[in-house]
Amino acid sequence: MALSGIQIYKMLPQTNCKECGFPTCLAFAMKLAAKQVELGTCPYVSEESKKQLAESAAPPIRLITLKANGTELKVGNEVVMFRHEKTFYNKPGLFLRVKASDPDLAKKIAAANAYKVSYVGMEFTLDGFAIEADGDLTAAVKTVRSATRHPLILIANDAALLDSSLSLLAGEGTLIYAADSSNYEALAEVAKKHKAALVVKADSLDDLADLTQKVQTKGMEEIVLDLGGKNLGEWLMRSTQARRLALKNFKPLGYPTIFFAAQNGPAKEAVYAAQAIAKYAGFVVLDTFAPEMIYPLLVLRENIYTDPQKPIQVQPGVYEINSPKPESPVLVTTNFSITYFAVANEVEGSGLPAWLVVTDAEGMSVLTAWAAGKFDAERIAKAIKGFNVADKVSRKRIVLPGHVAVLSGEVEEELPGWEVRVGPREAVDLPAFMKQALN
Amino acid sequence: MIASAGLDMADERRLLDSPCNDIDETPEEHMPIEIPKDKWPGNIRSITIGATSAEGGTRAKAVTVGGGTTMPYLQFEAPTTNKPVIAIEIKSRKPDDWSPLLAEVWGEAMNDPAQWAKKAQEAGADLIVLALTVEDSVEDAVKVVKSVLSATGLPLIVWGPGQMEKDNELLVPISEAAKGEKLVLGICEDKNYRTIVATAMANGHLVQARAPMDVNLSKQLNILISDMGMPKDRILMDPTTGALGYGIEYGYSVMERLRLAALQGDAMTQFPMIVTPGFEAWKTKESKVGEGVPEAWGDWITRAIHWETITALSLVESGADIIVLRHPESVNRIKEAVEELITA
Ligand code: B12
Ligand code: SF4
Repeated sequence: MALSGIQIYKMLPQTNCKECGFPTCLAFAMKLAAKQVELGTCPYVSEESKKQLAESAAPPIRLITLKANGTELKVGNEVVMFRHEKTFYNKPGLFLRVKASDPDLAKKIAAANAYKVSYVGMEFTLDGFAIEADGDLTAAVKTVRSATRHPLILIANDAALLDSSLSLLAGEGTLIYAADSSNYEALAEVAKKHKAALVVKADSLDDLADLTQKVQTKGMEEIVLDLGGKNLGEWLMRSTQARRLALKNFKPLGYPTIFFAAQNGPAKEAVYAAQAIAKYAGFVVLDTFAPEMIYPLLVLRENIYTDPQKPIQVQPGVYEINSPKPESPVLVTTNFSITYFAVANEVEGSGLPAWLVVTDAEGMSVLTAWAAGKFDAERIAKAIKGFNVADKVSRKRIVLPGHVAVLSGEVEEELPGWEVRVGPREAVDLPAFMKQALN
Repeated sequence: MIASAGLDMADERRLLDSPCNDIDETPEEHMPIEIPKDKWPGNIRSITIGATSAEGGTRAKAVTVGGGTTMPYLQFEAPTTNKPVIAIEIKSRKPDDWSPLLAEVWGEAMNDPAQWAKKAQEAGADLIVLALTVEDSVEDAVKVVKSVLSATGLPLIVWGPGQMEKDNELLVPISEAAKGEKLVLGICEDKNYRTIVATAMANGHLVQARAPMDVNLSKQLNILISDMGMPKDRILMDPTTGALGYGIEYGYSVMERLRLAALQGDAMTQFPMIVTPGFEAWKTKESKVGEGVPEAWGDWITRAIHWETITALSLVESGADIIVLRHPESVNRIKEAVEELITA
């Protein structure tokens, strides 16, 4: 829990020596509470206060960072139960589980590692790989590491084996899966030695909290929780309970969680993963590398983790698609990212040149903006004039989205001299429309 | 925070100041953890769709939804009252704009709504949604409703074509012809609800009330409908569904907020929610188009089903009570998921 300025003031020397640059300790405390200065600016804070302040500033769910050579993944640091209360910050990492014994390991990793998909102008990939030690783990680690730069999870419970495998990953932040009550001491040692994070698992939240506390006393703080649970329902409850407790500052469960999506078979993998993404998982481990499943999961993750306060937008302006010429048509749309990319991708894919005028509709979709009065004839005309579109074209012809066909009359009035055409409702039909109706 | 509709500032402050969770201290080591439980003053209404012969209709079985007393599926607070149900959407005429994948799976049945409804029942539907089209005449529409009613014993939801005048023109005679069946008539929106509500009231049906993803607008429409005299156990709330990748996050959060408001005791949000992931997901390019799409989208049919299923599952998680789907495989998957959620 964040402390108030007064609470912080009580922990300061209260000498008003001004060395921090503020007239009083209280002024400094206020700034500190507002996170506008660093604690280190006051040279006289006692060790005890430093510790207390650090603890109070710590997020209720610890930030866990996995690292590899060149890539990094941050998970945790969440502060709410529901995204509308603020936002969800750090997207759960999507990992693919592979087996050390797999003769095709190198090929599999190479394919999954190369996977890239774009969604509204963003490029998504998998976040890493989990290697199961059912064969020669050290050999597998070498194979995997030579094929990918993403962070790794090592699934093994033999401390010596983990020790030698982690030695191959010096300088990285790897995640070890998993410590239970029988082996946590040895695994915590290895994890500490290699600066790895450690998954802790138990069959109930009680046992889990007990175990994380024991691991903490070994000086390990980089912890991830496996909540167990036999099916969707049980996992949903445990995940909700753990999140609630963590947000109430119950430190033993103040860590991100890991979830294995294929635990009840590949037929349920997508649904299991989807729930985990929506309901608080920190790491989601898949067993199937299937683009048709990974793409929708990546999109869901993006949607759930979008800040509800800010729709994703693109810059209003004139976008040139496929090198338009003066006689190319002018298409009009809004600056909601999803809308812009739906249209831009279609036109681009068609190979046909066009000027795409993106109006400032405050980041709303065509119909939303129309209903909100942010995409009307006046705004469209303003965009056409403001972006000097007439100077770019020889044929003054604009195409409106089919959904706002009703605007065509008014747009004609606002833009004398322009030919106003109504396009199809869905962007998918734009290429055909451009070929047939625009020539 | 819990920014629910119609709560004034003072209410909201009180909510902020007194969290419903009843734990405030970190338990001692070795003590069993005290799991924070929410205690809510309100609950979702239980609402029954369809009437059996004993109740003046012809349905084999009525379907009851709603009744929730916690956020979705938190069995450690209270068992789930009624599980969410699946409706399958069929049309009065074979649609020419549906994905070929859907045409493939429903086959010939798409030409005959009665056959289609039967197949939907076999596919596991708890309810049928029959969507009419602008081409339907009044006689056609009444006939098709009757044939669908006699083809299966499932309760029926009837949607007009979605054009104000046509909706009213078709729904009124249907409502009269199926008096006593406890149909759901829709879709009521703020610009067009009076006629539908009036005829539903007169003939013992329910209505589906759709507002565009906004807690206050939902609430407002429900108030307008109740003010006409519609009993509160005959309103279903449709928060508007966005597809995965096309606005799902808005619907997801609005549904969570509506559910929270209902549990807080706001009577005008305590209606079960009906969502349309089938309609929305099958509109997207990801489901509709198989060729000329990025390779990274993978296999078409599997992707399309994931699109519908993942859209639907997210809405189940955020409190949907009736899930309207299109593909039988999505129906299977969502039914299985629901089973796991309620039997944990
Ligand atoms: C998500 C959503 C919202 C989100 C906002 C999302 C955003 N940033 O825009 C929120 C919840 C905030 C919202 C709010 C409102 N919404 Co709204 N919303 C939706 C929803 C569910 C999806 C919209 C969406 O993202 N579509 C995806 C994008 C990609 O579609 P698109 O922009 O239309 O683009 C497509 C086509 O138009 C075409 N296209 C685009 N550009 C061009 C250009 C050319 C040349 C061509 C040919 C084609 C083309 O290609 C795209 C892909 O096919 C729709 C209903 C639905 N399921 O569709 C309602 C909907 C648009 N909303 C509606 C309304 C009324 C509102 C509100 C006024 C009500 C309210 N809640 O207060 C507000 C307005 C906002 C405000 N006052 O601030 C209504 C509009 C009704 C109408 N027909 O007038 C709808 C249709 C819901 C309904 N059935 O009532 N909404
Ligand atoms: S430097 Fe420290 S002790 Fe001196 S005024 Fe600032 S806060 Fe107070």
